[in-house]
Amino acid sequence: MVEIRIHGRGGQGNVSAAYLLALAAFENGFHGQAFPSFGAERRGAPMSAFVRIHETPFARHCQVRSPRFLIVQDDSLLSLPETSDGLDPTGTILVNSRKSVSDLNARLQAAGLVLPDTVGVQVINASDIAVAVLGKPIPNTVLLAAFLSLTKILPIPSLEQVLSKRFTGTTLEANLEMVRRGVSDINAKRERSPSHA
Amino acid sequence: MLEAIEGSQAIARSVAMCRPQVIAAYPITPQTHIVESLAQLIANGLLDAQYISVESEFSAASVVMGAAASGSRSYTASASQGIMLMTEVLYNTAGLRIPTVMTVANRAVSAPLSIWNDHQDSMSVRDAGWIQLYCASNQEAVDTTIQAFLIAEATELPVMVCVDGYTLTHTLEPVDLPSQKVVDTFLPPYRFRRSLNPRQPLTMGTLVSPDFFTEARYTHHIAFEKARTLITDTDLRWASLTGRTCGGLLESTGNPDASIGILVMGSVFGTLSDALKDHPERDRIRLIKLRSFRPFPREELRREVNNLKILIVLDRSLSPGYGGIAGGEVRSALYREQQDLRIINAVVGLGGRDLPMTLLDDLLALCANQDAPDFLFADLVPQRIAVETPSETPVGPPSSEA
Repeated sequence: MVEIRIHGRGGQGNVSAAYLLALAAFENGFHGQAFPSFGAERRGAPMSAFVRIHETPFARHCQVRSPRFLIVQDDSLLSLPETSDGLDPTGTILVNSRKSVSDLNARLQAAGLVLPDTVGVQVINASDIAVAVLGKPIPNTVLLAAFLSLTKILPIPSLEQVLSKRFTGTTLEANLEMVRRGVSDINAKRERSPSHA
Repeated sequence: MLEAIEGSQAIARSVAMCRPQVIAAYPITPQTHIVESLAQLIANGLLDAQYISVESEFSAASVVMGAAASGSRSYTASASQGIMLMTEVLYNTAGLRIPTVMTVANRAVSAPLSIWNDHQDSMSVRDAGWIQLYCASNQEAVDTTIQAFLIAEATELPVMVCVDGYTLTHTLEPVDLPSQKVVDTFLPPYRFRRSLNPRQPLTMGTLVSPDFFTEARYTHHIAFEKARTLITDTDLRWASLTGRTCGGLLESTGNPDASIGILVMGSVFGTLSDALKDHPERDRIRLIKLRSFRPFPREELRREVNNLKILIVLDRSLSPGYGGIAGGEVRSALYREQQDLRIINAVVGLGGRDLPMTLLDDLLALCANQDAPDFLFADLVPQRIAVETPSETPVGPPSSEA
């Protein structure tokens, strides 16, 4: 079973991102489950969402405590201990940030948080791509494309498929463009600095 | 057809397939996407029903009661404080024996203010005279919603379909939604034999003198006795059409010869079922899912606990000064049945506290502890209990002198 936790702030499309992943998993014949852990529903408030993907049906409805993957939509949340809490020591964190991986590591250390060397940290500036393509700083589609490209847990066309069911017209075009940009951006980064993702 | 869909949307779709004629709801917190989605189906012309957006849950309950009384299939949904505000009308609907269906997206009741899941809201109205069915998954929520209309209309008792708020209502997962044809085969059009009709006037809700009040209450109670068979039969009939059952009044999984029983209500059943699958001590454990809380399945429960040495009853609600609500009822139903059965009532998961897979190990540890109390808060974190530091200068009442 693959377990993913998404951390972000209200308004960044955290729940949508979780739902899109589970829907993409379902398109691929997997049992996908996604749900949010709401605080009070306010824009900007930290929140998390959970995704489980498995070959066969499962019945649990508890939160994801030991994720293999983290998607962090706002880099300021990395300083909160709960963001990386329970992460698999060989897991991967994909962060939406303008900063470099080493800057983020420095920020983690400043907050007294040390991740095991075996945790892979990857960065993509998803907000700027979203602003350029969509005109709004909603980073989730770029992040999901980068995440799937990085982890290979699901093929990219399944994400495009669920986006095509959700959006139409120019919004769909923008989302599909964000998928392309997310994939090419993360692949270019990986070529420059190979990491244990 | 199997679809990956959010719980609330799946419930809305199943309500729509039951062809309700009147839906009333108060659209502000606490509310779910269920009524929002139904409003959209009506606005888009996909559901032919009257949607009445009211100013409070009291009115929502009143509208669906009136609609059902005048011959329309009706539906509403609410949770927590919304259920509290409905309370007076809930008693009226049940006492007048008007069949309607309501989804309770189970949430805590304030104070302290909480928006998260537990069962305090529906438990607070357990004596209102409604049938209460609890769902363990979104599939059961869909299937139970459709069954609920049939049960309500056949018994003339209103039905609450209790679905864990957030844990189920906001979870997207694969759900098999039946076809409209299957639902139409299962559920005939609504007919209420005492329907209000100006050409055949009758009075509802008249004053009942002490000469007849007890008899009216007796009839209401006896209707629940009859509902037991109907709930089981309805579930079996649904199974014959879809291949799926929701477990009748109560069902269990795990070893039938186990010595430890864990009785639960709602979605934690799925979590513990998964935890049980690969557990080294799975042969010792039987999980019991209480689906019908009203009517309470006394006889079925007595049969189910046969051979058990320990029964843990998980409660997601509390009667302060007493203990867990389901726990008390189970203990009472089993009184004098099995003298050597040890019953532990554990309150867990209040106000949205997550119930993880490791809960199973915690409960097994409780069984191994001979000194474990009969009642406890099993997921209490003692360090988080607020401790007030006594003030050095005692604060008295405000003085009128400066």
